[in-house]
Amino acid sequence: MSDQSTHPTEHAPLHPSYGTVVAVWIALVVLTGCLVLLSHFGLRAAVWGLLTITPLKAGLVFYFFMHLRYEDPLLKGVILVAIVTLLIFLVLLFSDVAFA
Amino acid sequence: MSTESQAAHVHRDDFGAKLGMWLFLVTEINLFGGLFVAYSYMRHKYPADFHHGGAELNATLGVTNTIVLLTSSLTVVLAIMAIQEGRRAASRAYLAATIGLGLTFLVIKTFEWSAKFHHGLYPSAPHLATLPHGEQIFFGLYFTMTGLHGLHVLIGISVLTVMARMIGSGKISQDKNVTLENGGLYWHLVDVIWIFLLPLFYLAA
Repeated sequence: MSDQSTHPTEHAPLHPSYGTVVAVWIALVVLTGCLVLLSHFGLRAAVWGLLTITPLKAGLVFYFFMHLRYEDPLLKGVILVAIVTLLIFLVLLFSDVAFA
Repeated sequence: MSTESQAAHVHRDDFGAKLGMWLFLVTEINLFGGLFVAYSYMRHKYPADFHHGGAELNATLGVTNTIVLLTSSLTVVLAIMAIQEGRRAASRAYLAATIGLGLTFLVIKTFEWSAKFHHGLYPSAPHLATLPHGEQIFFGLYFTMTGLHGLHVLIGISVLTVMARMIGSGKISQDKNVTLENGGLYWHLVDVIWIFLLPLFYLAA
């Protein structure tokens, strides 16, 4: 058994402060407002909002609320592989559609 | 075996528990990811029909539900921070708030779906069959993806309810809270999925 399993508190990861989590929540609400605002400027602006603001919002949740910022590189790697795999699927799909 | 020797052999692997949870969440990301890929292809194929379908949805309810879920994500983080500081009552109160917000999400979703049903928009509805092919696909994806997400909200509420009880019974405590952390991770993922569903269906269709 590793030290980590016998003494979990000694290796407890750092956690964000109350100020940080509230600031992240405010940022998420503001970004949602930006997304809504962009949708009033037409479909093109709404799609740009979808492609930029939405991943940023998801990133904030992953990084701060889900503690990825404070986690082991192995955990970060697991998520990165999953997201890159999905992106590869999307790139393959649209490259196929574009040249069909 | 005496109580003393049993205590010496208690197995705890918080990192392993968290890694296992993340591996499960990866399968969830790929489950919804596959649906996002399907949505992207169909939206590319039927842009006008998806635009008409999106115009039928109530963006105000979608945005309200987004704020509800984002706030519930904050309260579940606060519940975890509270238990790590040994404040059990506060942790349970934050979890109760999270559960309440989850139920609010489902109530709003019920009103939204009811309005669609009232207008003859539900899977296999006769009215839906008269709509253009792309719009039928739009509503098929809408009910599948928001329905699957709603099911996840329901599961999340159940999991967090059990965890609130576990805090009460002492099974989750200041120095033993990885179970609550994992429950929180599940709830956050449910939030992240909705973060993508909002623009896909309500704002940028």
